[in-house]
Amino acid sequence: MVVRVGRIALPTGIRRALTFWRRSIQARVVVSTLLLSAIVISAVGWLLLQQTRDGLLRHRVDIVVGEVEAEVSETRDHLSAATGTEANASEQRAELIDPIIEAGESRGYGVVLGGPEGDQVTLTDGGAQRTSGLELQSIPASLERHFERVPSSTAWTYTEIVRTLPDGSVEREPGIVVGSQVRLPADGQTYTIYFLFPLTEEHETLGLVTRALLTAAGLLLVLVAGLTWLVTRQVVTPVRMARRVAERLAAGRLQERLLVTGEDDLARLASSFNQMASNLQRQIRQLEELSSVQRRFVSDVSHELRTPLTTVRMAGDVLHDARRDFDPATARAAELLQAELDRFETLLVDLLEISRFDAGAAVLDAEDINLLDVAHRVVDFARPLADQRGVLVVVEQPDRPVRAEADARRVERILRNLVTNAIDHAFPDDPDRPIVVRMAADDHAAAVTVRDRGVGLAPGESAMVFNRFWRSDPARARSSGGTGLGLAISLEDAHLHGGWLQAWGRPGEGAQFRLTLPRRAGTPLRHSPLPLAPVDGARADLAEATEPEVLPSEGILP
Amino acid sequence: MEDVNTTGAAASYATKGRVLVVDDDAPLAEMLGIVLRQEGFDSQVCARGDAALAAFRDYRPDVVLLDVMLPGRDGIDVCKEIRAESGVPIVMLTAKGDTVDVVVGLESGADDYVVKPFKPKELIARIRARVRRTDSVASETLTLKDLQIDVAGHSVTRDGSEIPLTPLEFDLLLCLARRPWQVFTRQVLLEEVWGYHHAADTRLVNVHVQRLRSKVEHDPEHPEIVLTVRGVGYKAGS
Repeated sequence: MVVRVGRIALPTGIRRALTFWRRSIQARVVVSTLLLSAIVISAVGWLLLQQTRDGLLRHRVDIVVGEVEAEVSETRDHLSAATGTEANASEQRAELIDPIIEAGESRGYGVVLGGPEGDQVTLTDGGAQRTSGLELQSIPASLERHFERVPSSTAWTYTEIVRTLPDGSVEREPGIVVGSQVRLPADGQTYTIYFLFPLTEEHETLGLVTRALLTAAGLLLVLVAGLTWLVTRQVVTPVRMARRVAERLAAGRLQERLLVTGEDDLARLASSFNQMASNLQRQIRQLEELSSVQRRFVSDVSHELRTPLTTVRMAGDVLHDARRDFDPATARAAELLQAELDRFETLLVDLLEISRFDAGAAVLDAEDINLLDVAHRVVDFARPLADQRGVLVVVEQPDRPVRAEADARRVERILRNLVTNAIDHAFPDDPDRPIVVRMAADDHAAAVTVRDRGVGLAPGESAMVFNRFWRSDPARARSSGGTGLGLAISLEDAHLHGGWLQAWGRPGEGAQFRLTLPRRAGTPLRHSPLPLAPVDGARADLAEATEPEVLPSEGILP
Repeated sequence: MEDVNTTGAAASYATKGRVLVVDDDAPLAEMLGIVLRQEGFDSQVCARGDAALAAFRDYRPDVVLLDVMLPGRDGIDVCKEIRAESGVPIVMLTAKGDTVDVVVGLESGADDYVVKPFKPKELIARIRARVRRTDSVASETLTLKDLQIDVAGHSVTRDGSEIPLTPLEFDLLLCLARRPWQVFTRQVLLEEVWGYHHAADTRLVNVHVQRLRSKVEHDPEHPEIVLTVRGVGYKAGS
């Protein structure tokens, strides 16, 4: 049965103990060995104790019964030697019992005279004669009943001897009571003499044996626990060391190795582990070198390409400014040169940006920014393009400030890409279907959606839009002159923030892109304040039902 | 490229300003010269980092255009050397847009930077913004905390002793001091002080505010003159 402990609110102490139990093989092995040994040891001990006790008691009973037989037969002889009628019964009784009581006192046993038997007189009602101080409850009723029948053979049983000491206190001790009947010639009645032998000595011996056994068992358990602990420690310690080293390796400290001592299984495990670590380290080093070569290359290309491009760019500008003085063909050539230089430059910038992401050289420069300001800046920037295409871009006023700790430059770039992309894909000259920039925030995240009612995305395309150089329709003209890297860079920018960039789209219904950023840089995102599928559309319900959600994990580059 | 433009004193008097171009790429330097001359600037080229300081002392330019990667001496070091003896506006020409390079460049004393490949008009705008001196006619003195700002004399004094500020730092301080009730966003400061008319790198503002603080504040860790308004920008202490 599986108990779901997690559901129950346990006190921390218990929870910690449970965690320790779950995590420590050593604790589990030691405790289970200890439990098993304890069971075996107690069984053996109990058996030994039983044997010893039985042996001791049997021996004692033999002696005691023999002694009683001897005493009683002596008494019988003594009684039969006396004449039957010359004395009265009570005198003869006293004569009978007194020597026995005396003998008992000197030899350490108690005596009770019960009877006469057969007339339903119990010991307690009859004025039984007995060793002084001895309580009658010491004689069990079962034995007393046995002797109600006349004649009865000698019988014995175990009992608890109760004595009242002269100072009034009551002393109880285990003992054997042996009963034997004699016939008193004076009244012809049968009396029972009970002999009560204390088992003090046996009790003490047994106590001694018990103590010795307990001590032995305790020591044995300590020994077993210690041995198990030592043995498991020898196995567990290397395993724990391996775990620690593995954790450090995982944390990037690649030079960590295990200490190999000896040639046993654990040593071989350690050396295999070390070999694995060395191989990993070598591979990672190679990758790092490749990456640094790549980074250097990117930096070199950056410098080498940019300087001539700057010169060409300036030359182009000078020609472009002077094109009115040229003949029409040369003037047009100057214009084309200018336009293509712009495109070349954007492409180069985008390529270098992507290379920086690939090399892991991108750094987040986060500050607390208002996304509404960024959105307004982006829309102002995109206005000439939108006007040229006859597309309306609307920024919806959010009901609360939308702030996030983010890199303003990168967020602006993301939004610029999204807005120009939307303008690119919207139907031109259709002011009834504007591009809507909407934003919302809560305590953990801020989100911006850019919704267009353009051609939309075919099923499956919502994940592909972020691929490099991906085009939904290769034949489509790009009015904004995008490089095909914009959304890929935007996705990298979003991931650098720990944010999401997702796309929703449906053929003929347009598309919506959603950027979600954590409110505080570095905190993980769990949800977005805005839904990915637009809620404004006529078929929003349908869209919601089959929302082709792009999971945040998708599109993250390895 | 000595032939580009090193005309006499009479000619340079007529130009809008003198620009020292420190760049080892000959075609680019020549092209810069052409563009600058078209815009009415006088210019001189220095192709080596270790010769830049001598050229600077000799030419006394109004603006220095400084490439980062130079033979002889690194552009960053050249920038520090020039800054050590003059507050002349320095615009770095960088081929790298990476945060580290830009910040190092700015911290070494550059006022502004343009990333290659730049549009010529953008560069000219940067140069104009740096050369444009606030030719205030009336002698005006502003007081900000314990600082006296002499607008016409371009000097800032505290208890009679002058605090040396570069023209850019002076402009930044003056911009804040003129409207002490106003909180300036970084974007607004970029427009007012640097002359940017579109979105630009707000790190420029951060770095220069730090530098200004290190000069005018008693304790730059706890500024009293240039205050940060969290999440908005900066304002002058009142």
